[in-house]
Amino acid sequence: MPMAAAIESPAIRVRDLVVGFGDHIVLDHVSLEVRRGEILGFVGGSGSGKSVLLRTIIGLLPKRQGSIEVLGVDLDRASDAQRHAIERRWGILFQQGALFSSLTALQNVQFPMREYLGLSGRLLREVALAKLEMVGLDAGDGDKLPSELSGGMTKRVALARALALDPEIVFLDEPTSGLDPIAAEDFDELIKTLQQTLGLTVFMVTHDLESLNAVCDRVAALADGRVIATGPMAEMLRSPHPWMNAYFQGKRAHVLAREPSGMGT
Amino acid sequence: MCRRSGTSRPGPPTAENALTQTPHLTGIVRDGRLELAAAGSWTASHATELEALVENVSRQFMSASSATIDMRNVAAFDTYGAWLLERLTRAGQVLGRDMRVLDLPSRYEGLLAEVHGTNAKPQATPAGESGAVLALEATGRSVAGLGRDLVDFVNMLGALAEAVLRVLRRPQAFRLTSAVHHLDRVAWQAVPIILLITFLIGGIISQQGFFHFRKFGADEYVVDMVGILVLREIGVLIVAIMVAGRSGSSYTAELGSMKMREEIDALRTMGIDPVEILLLPRVIALVLALPLLTFLGSMAALYGGGLVAWAYGGMSPDIFIARLREAISVEHFEVGMIKAPFMALAIGVVACSEGLKVKGSAESLGLQTTTSVVKSIFLVIVLDGLFAVFFASIGM
Repeated sequence: MPMAAAIESPAIRVRDLVVGFGDHIVLDHVSLEVRRGEILGFVGGSGSGKSVLLRTIIGLLPKRQGSIEVLGVDLDRASDAQRHAIERRWGILFQQGALFSSLTALQNVQFPMREYLGLSGRLLREVALAKLEMVGLDAGDGDKLPSELSGGMTKRVALARALALDPEIVFLDEPTSGLDPIAAEDFDELIKTLQQTLGLTVFMVTHDLESLNAVCDRVAALADGRVIATGPMAEMLRSPHPWMNAYFQGKRAHVLAREPSGMGT
Repeated sequence: MCRRSGTSRPGPPTAENALTQTPHLTGIVRDGRLELAAAGSWTASHATELEALVENVSRQFMSASSATIDMRNVAAFDTYGAWLLERLTRAGQVLGRDMRVLDLPSRYEGLLAEVHGTNAKPQATPAGESGAVLALEATGRSVAGLGRDLVDFVNMLGALAEAVLRVLRRPQAFRLTSAVHHLDRVAWQAVPIILLITFLIGGIISQQGFFHFRKFGADEYVVDMVGILVLREIGVLIVAIMVAGRSGSSYTAELGSMKMREEIDALRTMGIDPVEILLLPRVIALVLALPLLTFLGSMAALYGGGLVAWAYGGMSPDIFIARLREAISVEHFEVGMIKAPFMALAIGVVACSEGLKVKGSAESLGLQTTTSVVKSIFLVIVLDGLFAVFFASIGM
């Protein structure tokens, strides 16, 4: 893969990040870069700290050391206003959707718009409906409460909410977990399409080998608290690291053997 | 939905300032054709200005038979801009004008195509109803709700009675551990706060009694008042209200969140009756706890009354106790204690049935918990009134 001309700062740059709880160090000097406009898949075993990294980048968990830069702004040195501006430029899809349970699907999507943009009622409704339709829902689903939505629909509404302010970066925490293979494939396709139409940078934590193969430009693997490899899928498959071998060449990875072409090559 | 937007990947806006340029949309009419030129950033942060521009321009369609929109100078473009552009072209098409979008940078074409497919159906605006109709409707709903509440209450009472019968037939089905656990929570752990509150209430009644009765030289009757009031009414009432707020609410919240997480459905599918395993131990614990707490609370209130009588009223403990012995009988004590288990049952039944009414949202959990406390306190007071009538008529 040719190196992109790095005139611009990367979308996300994490350097020497250390995060721990008590005596337990989860992330041990992790460094990672996410380039603008790419889909980075972030893999690792259960409990290896993938979600911890995501939550640290978006500021939900404190770090012990290291620096995090998002869209060229060092979040440690940023003023409150700068930080706020950055928060407007990212959207997050939580693993369980994290929809506000007392608001309808449409109101969930409208929530950030209402907070930040001060739109007219008509535009608010139209844009929110457009977002819902862009993620593949019907306008009629907008009036449903989160408790009335299926798992796949919840993820879609959550994605529409993450995209509400037209962010530049989208963080996806296991977007396809809990979906059936067909729904997961649809969702992968949706992410890819939206990423291309909206020009998004996507940071995707996932377990799903299929979605890694189908949508990710690059993959980063986390094991033992460190990023052990980054690169396109094809490189991952050739990696000699034992954990990588077990992960990418295991029985469940046989689907990849059949069509070994990574999207990002 | 799966439209791929060709080879060029749209980069993010090339310069930061592209996001901050004010949007423009200007038009001139040439040969009956409206030529619109767009510039600036058509993005979320300028959506309000942009909407005003688009609405303004839509009015000019009258004087033209067709229109073109030149998007060449647009610096940034997102879903908001795309939607407003789409709205503009639709407004023209509705009037029968021929609309064309020119020179949109190719990286934005996919987005416009995507937005083009949305909002296809005209929106049904919710029909507004007048305030009076809404108020009438709300009244009607709450009256119907009252009837439903009564049915729910009787339903829950029946379900519990059925579970009791089943347990009597098959005692090993009773969840003793669970009942003991709940007894620990609602009785033992409630003792300190109940003692404190009833102690204070007893003291306050006694102080007020001395303050007012002294004017008539009726100091001695303060003991009668404290004794009878505490044993018959205040002791059990205060304790029941405390328990409704403390334990009833926690029952509702617990059962409600179990309902939300489908734990109760899971039990049902395993062929286990949630009433038997979840509700019965809780209600039994409550029915046992309330008389115990009432006894302790009444004693604490008498103790508080006695202390205040000594410190404030100058009545020595010996005299207080002797006077108390004359003033009250076991009957007064019995009246209070008999009421306790019934009040506990009311609190338990309301707490459980409200808990099972919780729907999926966090809001509904809060709502049912509030309802549970309000209803059970109301019921406790109503029950107290009914018992007063009952005891008066049997001469107790």
